[in-house]
Amino acid sequence: MLTLGIETSCDETGVALYDGDRGLLEHRVYSQIATHAEYGGVVPELASRDHVRKTLPLIQELLHGARIARSEIGGVAYTAGPGLVGALLVGAAVGRSLAWSLGVPAVAIHHMEGHLLAPLLEPDPPAFPFVALLVSGGHSQLVEVAGLGRYKLLGDSLDDAAGEAFDKTAKLLGLPYPGGPELARLAEQGDSGRFRFPRPMTDRPGLEFSFSGLKTFALNTLDAVRREEGEISAQSRADIARAFEQAVVETLVIKCRRAVKQARCQRLVLAGGVSANRRLRAAMTEAMQKEGVRTDYPRAEFCTDNGAMIAHAGWLRLKAGERSGLGFGARPRWPLEEMRPPGGSGEW
Amino acid sequence: MKILAVETATDACSAALLWGGEIRLRYQVLPRGHTDLVLGMLDELLAEAGIRPPDLDAVAFGRGPGSFTGVRIAAGVAQGAAFGAGLPVVPVSTLAALAQRAYREWGAQRVAAAFDARMQEVYWGCYQLDGQGLMAETLGEQVAAPDQVTPPEGAGWLGAGSGWAVHGALLTRRLEACLSGVTPDLLCSAEDIARLGAAGFEYGRALPPEQAAPVYLRNQVAKKPSRVSGR
Repeated sequence: MLTLGIETSCDETGVALYDGDRGLLEHRVYSQIATHAEYGGVVPELASRDHVRKTLPLIQELLHGARIARSEIGGVAYTAGPGLVGALLVGAAVGRSLAWSLGVPAVAIHHMEGHLLAPLLEPDPPAFPFVALLVSGGHSQLVEVAGLGRYKLLGDSLDDAAGEAFDKTAKLLGLPYPGGPELARLAEQGDSGRFRFPRPMTDRPGLEFSFSGLKTFALNTLDAVRREEGEISAQSRADIARAFEQAVVETLVIKCRRAVKQARCQRLVLAGGVSANRRLRAAMTEAMQKEGVRTDYPRAEFCTDNGAMIAHAGWLRLKAGERSGLGFGARPRWPLEEMRPPGGSGEW
Repeated sequence: MKILAVETATDACSAALLWGGEIRLRYQVLPRGHTDLVLGMLDELLAEAGIRPPDLDAVAFGRGPGSFTGVRIAAGVAQGAAFGAGLPVVPVSTLAALAQRAYREWGAQRVAAAFDARMQEVYWGCYQLDGQGLMAETLGEQVAAPDQVTPPEGAGWLGAGSGWAVHGALLTRRLEACLSGVTPDLLCSAEDIARLGAAGFEYGRALPPEQAAPVYLRNQVAKKPSRVSGR
């Protein structure tokens, strides 16, 4: 079934076409970074306004690019949550109404399910079961994945998500929004030996994360350097970025090692925006190899929000017979544990 | 002519089908329930008439002003429904639709329509009946403080809409002798979106679905920080 996927949960409009026989046919992402950059963060109302302007033109461009007529669409999947409610509602309204008008089934998709199944879009995809580390601006979670819709939360963030910590620390370092990738770039020039940041919550058992302390630690380090140097040098900034990144990466590696052991699992999947981080990928792959665990991650463009992961998750659920009703409410807060294997007509 | 109309910008969620000069309506006042209701309403209307979306001529929608989210729901539904069936869309002002309803139900020929816009402002527009029995705008729509709205000219204006419920005293003072009465509880209905949409379609005001855009009136929605960096 040729499935159209629509993603509008935050500041990216993503659309894609996925088919069981042909795989991913085409995808498009429109990033709103330019819209929000001057505000130093995502402005929800502006995000919603951009989505309602961009979603349908992007779908038309997608169909044109794939040389697919709209009548060939066999099903529509849209992100129903979690995310910004106004932004979600745009994709839900367009997607659900389009399916109704075409007379094809629709399915509401959990954004994080899209992310954690995104590595399945790659060649030689990992088989179930696996442990997934979901790291993005909104989440830091370890999830045991037994199959589609069979998720057990192993660990969660008690405060800031990993990506949030990246963005906030980047802001402290004076980097432009969105700061995470900028911080990683700056860290390339940093000396890893100069500063040492704590590895939060690794000195006790458990799979919870806490990253807000790292931001405070960065602030204190900046203050100390400022007292020492007067104006903070570019090198010091890079050194702090490096030490921060190193601390996040090592913390994530330590928790993932624990998680795969606890779940007795031979596969680890990285997903979410932070999983595009090169050092994280390299360190994780190396550490897991030593444990005899295979590490999979999506290509960089599918780590951040995109329509392909929604089209893919939607196709899986539609194929299994799941159908959403004509209501298309959004669920801005939607715990992943509430997900179920594909069923009949869902409430959403 | 067959026009499907959708309106979700105000507290009432409604859908209407205009077919052969007759209008069938689904209408329910359920704030925040619009997403659960609206497609079911469209589906019922078409099923009752025994037609499918491609049999329509156009999809009309309440393009605002109103609740930002509500306006986007209407635009999004219109976009999806129209694109799926290869139809154009016809944007209709929710203030004009309110005025049209005031004419339909109250016989008002001059309507000063106001929706509460929060932040001590109203969405404002004045409409007068034309020769075809349709409400036409007399001055541009605006968002303004109730004591700053542009008053209409002449007498016999009926004040309608939630703006009059919240800021009745200020608006009454602003309009003074122009005003003949007030109906603050009147809500927008897809029945009038359908009627005005059909006229718009005839006058060549239909657009391709991707141009189904909300009209918010209030466009200053975020403040830029004086300093973006934390340096």
